[in-house]
Amino acid sequence: MSTRPTGPKAWHHPLARPLAALILLLAVAAVSVPGFLHLEIKDGHLYGNLVDILHRAAPLMLAALGMTLVIATRGIDVSVGAVVAIAGTVACALVSTYGVAVAFAAALGAALLCGLWNGLLVSALGLQPIIATLILMVAGRGLAQLITDGQILTVYEPASFFWLGGGWLLGLPVSLFVVATVAGLTALLMRRTALGLFIQTVGINPVAARLAGVHTAAIVFFVYVYCSLGAGLAGLMVASNIKSADANNAGLLLELDAILAVTLGGGQLSGGKFSLLGSLIGALIIQTLTSTIYALGVPPQVTMVVKAVVVFAVCISQSSAWSSWRKA
Amino acid sequence: MRAMNPDPSAPVLDLSGIHKAFPGVKALSDVRLRLFPGEVHALMGQNGAGKSTLIKVLTGLYTPDAGSITLDGQPIAPKRTEDAQALGIRTVYQEVNLCPNLSVAENICAGRFPRTPWWSGGRIDWPAVHAEARRVLGQMDLDIDVTQPLSRYSLSIQQMVAIARALRISARVLILDEPTSSLDDAAVQRLFTVLRRLRDQGLAILFVTHFLDQTYALADRITIMRNGETEGEYLAADLSRLALVNKMVGAPPDQQPTRLDSQAPATGEPVLRATGLARQGALQPLDLALRRGEVLGLAGLLGSGRTEAARLLFGADTADAGELHVGGRSGRWRSPREAIAAGLAFCSEDRKHEGAILDLSVRDNILLALQARAGLRLVLSREQQQALADDYIQRLGIKTASADTPIGQLSGGNQQKALLARWLATEPAVLILDEPTRGIDVRAKEDLMDAVRALAHKADGSGMALLFISSELPEVLHCSDRVLVMRDRRAAGTYARGELDERSVLEVIAAEPTAA
Repeated sequence: MSTRPTGPKAWHHPLARPLAALILLLAVAAVSVPGFLHLEIKDGHLYGNLVDILHRAAPLMLAALGMTLVIATRGIDVSVGAVVAIAGTVACALVSTYGVAVAFAAALGAALLCGLWNGLLVSALGLQPIIATLILMVAGRGLAQLITDGQILTVYEPASFFWLGGGWLLGLPVSLFVVATVAGLTALLMRRTALGLFIQTVGINPVAARLAGVHTAAIVFFVYVYCSLGAGLAGLMVASNIKSADANNAGLLLELDAILAVTLGGGQLSGGKFSLLGSLIGALIIQTLTSTIYALGVPPQVTMVVKAVVVFAVCISQSSAWSSWRKA
Repeated sequence: MRAMNPDPSAPVLDLSGIHKAFPGVKALSDVRLRLFPGEVHALMGQNGAGKSTLIKVLTGLYTPDAGSITLDGQPIAPKRTEDAQALGIRTVYQEVNLCPNLSVAENICAGRFPRTPWWSGGRIDWPAVHAEARRVLGQMDLDIDVTQPLSRYSLSIQQMVAIARALRISARVLILDEPTSSLDDAAVQRLFTVLRRLRDQGLAILFVTHFLDQTYALADRITIMRNGETEGEYLAADLSRLALVNKMVGAPPDQQPTRLDSQAPATGEPVLRATGLARQGALQPLDLALRRGEVLGLAGLLGSGRTEAARLLFGADTADAGELHVGGRSGRWRSPREAIAAGLAFCSEDRKHEGAILDLSVRDNILLALQARAGLRLVLSREQQQALADDYIQRLGIKTASADTPIGQLSGGNQQKALLARWLATEPAVLILDEPTRGIDVRAKEDLMDAVRALAHKADGSGMALLFISSELPEVLHCSDRVLVMRDRRAAGTYARGELDERSVLEVIAAEPTAA
C-alpha cells in the first residue's frame, strides 16, 4: 500500500515511464528505418516523420484530452468516434452552401448537443457511463448516415475548409497549433480554477466530495460536454484533412485509442489523479507505433498484433502488481 | 497445522526488535510484543503510536525492516496476508469485511467450501456448509439461522460472524483491531463472553482498543506503545488506570479533566431551527434549535436516529417533511451544498467513505470545503493554501510529514483532525460533529472535546453553534450545554447541563423498549 518504490527519484515522476516508452520507440524506429528522424524544409514547410506523427496524432490527442477528464471522474466515453463522424458530416453537408464559419459552428454545436446528452444521462439520470455513452456510440453513426444519405460526402470548395486539417502555419501543420491551444487552455482551466481539484475529488470519492459541498453532478456533466466538444473538433480536423465526410469510417474506434492513450499516459481507469501531458504522450506513443510499423513495411495484417504487443509491454511496465512481483 | 504449544508459559507469538520506517516517518522502532496462549493481550497507545503498523507487520501486509518474529519458537516471515493466515494468525478488522448479501454460512465458509466427493460432481456441499457454519458459531455459543443473509443481523452478530470466519481453521492467534468501536454496550458484553470462551480454549488473543473499561474487563496482559516504541508490557492486574494513561500519554495527565464551570446557557436566537423534520424509515418528526455559542449534545443508542437527524439537518439526505429555519429563511435542503452555503458544516462518522479524499494531499483535503463553497474561482493562492494548511496542521497538532502527504498515509485520528480543519476553514455558523472521537485515543479525545467547547464558548459571543454526537455518554455530558436524548428515531427529551447525569440519561433511553 504505502511501501515507496526505491531507485532514482526522477524515475518515479508519473511522466517518466510514458516518456521513456516514447523515446524508446523513436529510438527503435530511428535504428530500423533509415532516415526516420530526418527533417527537411521544403517550400517553407517542415517535413519529416516526426512532423507527420504529430500531425496524424492531432485528432487522437484532442480526443485523449477529453477522455482524460472523463476517466478522472471514474467515467468513460465510448461515443467519441461517433461524435467525430457527426461533426465531420454536419460540417461537410453545410460548408459548400453556408461557408466555413457556419459549418464549423454547426458541427461544434452538434458535438455540444452530443455532450449535453451524454452528460445528462450520466449525471442527472445516473446511468453507468459505459452504457450511457454506448447509446450515442451506436446511434451516432446512424444519425451521421442519415445526413449523408449513406454516401461519402466529398467537399471541393471552399479551399479554406481544408486549412484546419491540412494547412500550414509558420512552417508547421495547423493541427499542431490547434492541439497546443486546446491543451494549453485545458491546462490553464485546471490550474487557474478549482476544476482540476474537483474532478480528482469526484473521481477518488464521490460521496465525500458531495458532502464537502462539491457540485458533483455539474462536474460530471462538464467532463462529458468537454469530451464531446474535443471529439467534435477532432471530427472537423479529420473531415478537413480528408476533404470529405465518411459517416462509416471517420474516427472509427477513436474512443478506444483515446482510452489507451490515457492509460499509456499513466491514468487510472478507477479515476482520480490525471495528467493531461501524460495522455498527450500516450497518444504520441500510439501514433509513433503505427507510423513506425508502416515505415518498416510490416504487412497490415500483422500491424495490429505488433501494436498489441507493444501496448501490452507498456501497460505491464506501469502495473504496480508487476513491479512488486519483480522486486520480490 | 501445528501441534499445541506444550509449554503454556512460553509465548506463542514473539516479536522483538521490530523496525519499520516509511519515508519521513519512523513508524516502528525496536518494538517487542509477546502473545501467550490462553491470554487476552491488550495493545494500547495513542493515535500514531504504531499499533496499526504493528498489526500490519503481524499480518504480513508490511515487511519489517529489521527484527524477528517467532511462532512457537520457529522464526517466521509472513510476506502476504495468506502466509500469516496459513500460520494460524487470524485478523478481524475494525470494519466488518464480509458480504452482507450472502448468507451467514457462505460468509463463514467462502473460499474453502466443503465439497461433495468428485464422483458425485465435486459441487459445493450445502448441508455440510451449513453444518460447518453452525459448528463454528456453536464454539462461540451463538445459535442463529446460518442460511439467512448476513445483512439481516445486527452489527454485533456480523462482528461475531467475522470472528467465526477467522477461527474456522485452526487458529493460534486472533487479532482484533478495535472490534468494539461500532458496538453498543450489550453487544460488547456478548462479544466479551465469546472472547473469554475462546481464550479459555487456549487461543492467544490480541485486542486493540481505546476503551479503558473494556481493557480492564477483558485483558490479562497489556502492551503499551508510544511514538512507535514499546513502552512496556504489564499484567493488567498490576497496572492502575492512572498509570496506564500516564504511560500512554508519556506525561502525567490532568487528574481531573478540565471541566468548564457551567456557563449561562446561550439564550440568543437560534441560528438553526428544525420543525417537524422527518424522513421515512430514518427519523420521526423532530424539533430542534441550535443557538450561537452553545453545544447541543445528541445522546442515544446506535440506531436511535442520531446520525439520521444530523444528515437531514445538513442535507446529506433529503427530508420528507418538516422545515429548517436558518438566517430568516425557511425550507429544506436539496443538497449539502445549500447547507454549506448557509453556514453549516458536517463531520461524518464515516471518515473513510464520507470524509477523506485518500489520494489527495492533506492540504487539498483541508482546502476542499472552502473551495467548493466558492465554486471554480480559486479562493486562495498557492502560498495562501500552504499557509492555511500549515496553520491548521500546527493548531490541531496533525501528525504528518508535510501538507503534501496524501491524507491516506495518516493515522485515523490525524485524518479526523484534518477533516475537522476542513470545516473550521469554512468558519461555519453551525458545526455538526458525528462521532468525532470514534477510534481516537484518550488524549486526543480530551483535546478534541476541549476544542469543541472552545469553539462554542467564545468570550465575545462569536462562538459557533455545535451539535455533538457521540455513543459515549460521558463525552456528551462533558461537552454539552444541553443534551437531546433520542430513542426509537424520535426525541425523548431535552435537558439542560447539570439537569441529568449518566444514570438518568440511561433511564430516559431505557424508558421504553427500543428497537436497537
